[in-house]
Amino acid sequence: MSPSLLLFIILAAMALAYHLGRKRAIGVAGGITQINRLHSLPAYYGYYAALWVGLPSLLLLLFWAGLQGQILTALTLAELPLETTANLSEGQLSLLVSDIRNLADGNLMGREPSAEVEAAAAHYQRLQGIATATLWALVGAMVLAGMAWAWQHTTPSFRARNRVESIAMIVLILFSSIAILTTLGIVLSVLFESIRFFQQVPWTEFLFGTKWSPQIALRAEQVGASGAFGAIPLFTGTLLISFIAMLLAVPVGLLSAVYLAEYAPRQVRAWAKPVLEILAGIPTVVYGFFAALTVAPFMRGLGESVGLDIASESALAAGLVMGIMIIPFVSSLSEDVINAVPQSLRDGSYALGATQSETIRRVIFPAALPGIVGGVLLAVSRAIGETMIVVMAAGLAANLTANPFESVTTVTVQIVTLLTGDQEFDSAKTLAAFALGLTLFVVTLILNVIALHIVRKYREQYE
Amino acid sequence: MNMTAEAIAVKPINLTADHLAQDQSTTITVGEISSPNPRMECRDVNVWYNANQAIKNVSLDIGQNEVIAMIGPSGCGKSTFLRCLNRMNDTIPAARVEGSIQLDGQEIQDKSIDVVPLRARVGMVFQKPNPFPKSIYENIAYGPRIHGLTNSRAELDELVETSLQRAGLWKEVKDRLDAPGTGLSGGQQQRLCIARTLSVSPEVILMDEPCSALDPIATAIIEELIDELRQQYTIAIVTHSMQQAARVSQRTAYFHLGDLVEVGTTDDIFNQPKHKLTEDYITGRFG
Repeated sequence: MSPSLLLFIILAAMALAYHLGRKRAIGVAGGITQINRLHSLPAYYGYYAALWVGLPSLLLLLFWAGLQGQILTALTLAELPLETTANLSEGQLSLLVSDIRNLADGNLMGREPSAEVEAAAAHYQRLQGIATATLWALVGAMVLAGMAWAWQHTTPSFRARNRVESIAMIVLILFSSIAILTTLGIVLSVLFESIRFFQQVPWTEFLFGTKWSPQIALRAEQVGASGAFGAIPLFTGTLLISFIAMLLAVPVGLLSAVYLAEYAPRQVRAWAKPVLEILAGIPTVVYGFFAALTVAPFMRGLGESVGLDIASESALAAGLVMGIMIIPFVSSLSEDVINAVPQSLRDGSYALGATQSETIRRVIFPAALPGIVGGVLLAVSRAIGETMIVVMAAGLAANLTANPFESVTTVTVQIVTLLTGDQEFDSAKTLAAFALGLTLFVVTLILNVIALHIVRKYREQYE
Repeated sequence: MNMTAEAIAVKPINLTADHLAQDQSTTITVGEISSPNPRMECRDVNVWYNANQAIKNVSLDIGQNEVIAMIGPSGCGKSTFLRCLNRMNDTIPAARVEGSIQLDGQEIQDKSIDVVPLRARVGMVFQKPNPFPKSIYENIAYGPRIHGLTNSRAELDELVETSLQRAGLWKEVKDRLDAPGTGLSGGQQQRLCIARTLSVSPEVILMDEPCSALDPIATAIIEELIDELRQQYTIAIVTHSMQQAARVSQRTAYFHLGDLVEVGTTDDIFNQPKHKLTEDYITGRFG
């Protein structure tokens, strides 16, 4: 009697309803030869019946699955003797509830359950049985009612096609709102946690403070009790690494895009593009250990040989590897933009006697520039949000420095360190992660909006 | 065109027969291919796109200060032939050109010939106006800049002005030279492209259906312009409009499926065509 069985039955009922609806439509039309008397094709009457049979019961099933647990728990707890639940904390209560549910589901428990819990579990089980039976009965009734409704509405003049189209639109709206609401939910939860953080630490200190030392006193007069939540060193670190990455990725990506779009023979493009795409497919954790184990020691050695002091976890190493990661991003976006420049502009330039490089420099590049800038900004927001490489290669020390040879840390690295391990989720230390996340989100959002705006403006130019 | 059902039914059969005859042996061009005062002389030009032959043994002269019109049904190779004259086919990797094309007695097919000065001497105007996404001024100044034609800003300003004047656009745009060229109307854009071509002082101007994207009024202005330009330049124009060919050209060449079928004075071609295919095309039997 599992929900998945019920789901299967509903789907089967929908298939049957489609068949019946179609048959019925042909029937009311007066046979297969008369179907042009119908407003819509017979299949639409079938879809209409299937939707009426399936959608209400599926919605009910979804609703039920979401609420059944809570309602049953509430009912069970209400049955318990008052003295058992009255003076329990929130945590103890949820422990009790999970005990009852585990027992009811027949799972093993580490300890012998008390008589009260056993009684409650039995009650819970009984309620569950009633609920399941009710669900089945309701679904059955809805399936039959839906079929009856559709059956009655199947007349030659009934506009089944229009109805099905509008139901299809509603279903699509539902699904797209799932995506939108989820995003909204994430943003709001980050926002609310950030507000809790800013109640403990003033936002001016967070945004303008230059010292990052996220700790809180466990007891009074502790050594190093005063935590500092100035995010500036983190953002300068992020910007430094992103800047180094872009310094590598923009010229390399752009020039390779120009080569691929304008110069490369077809055979070269045929294998060079997939190779670049493979570069984009390498997991960032692989780039991370490449940075930490290969590039960083190499940089330090290189620095030693020329007399420079390069830290083994330097901004330079992390930035360079991140730059390599972003190259395919820049090059493939730029190549698309360059290819979008109409051939007629190239022809016009060649017909005036311009060489290929003159044409690229003076006509194609200026025409493609807005799109390229948009692509680069998207790459920047990617670099700012990148985590794995910097976690492994950039270090943890929040130095406020512009020297790429030193170790710096980034916003994303600090979020990772703040939230990994056992943490209390109501201290300023962990809440700081949400504030950092929110700030990062706002920064990348602004960059993306600017980038999309530029890209759109560019599109209008040729269409 | 008042065609009877019979004429429509007969037409494809005729065409197929002609078509087969040509595939087996190349047609010999009817009429006088040479010009008394030639600027460009083309002999036995063949063009292939991969394995498809687009132009078959075409020989044609383009004379000094004349407008020669190239007409023919779609896909007959007239645009391909035009693009041979300034080696624009070089930009198409699949294209292969054979034969002799001379500009003032100099072979332009020779790989040692630099296309940069060639294309400055033989300019081209395209079917669809293609102004660069730059200002009107920069559109005209582009060519002189890449060829280093002027030494000072004042000279460049003057060159831009004379080019726009010759293209008959100066009065309309002189107050907004900094406005984007793409913001002009279609006819103005095409005149901008003509002015751009004139800015590098070409000797020959190739026009590939320059009015096909324009309305009748803009077309009339461009046609008038072509007539004026004839005094200084040699012009080869590809057109789909027989009326246009009759209005602007002195000589006309009729292309059919890669062959140059007939060439002669525009009067002769339109009034007393010698070849059956030319006559059919002129009288609207097909095309």
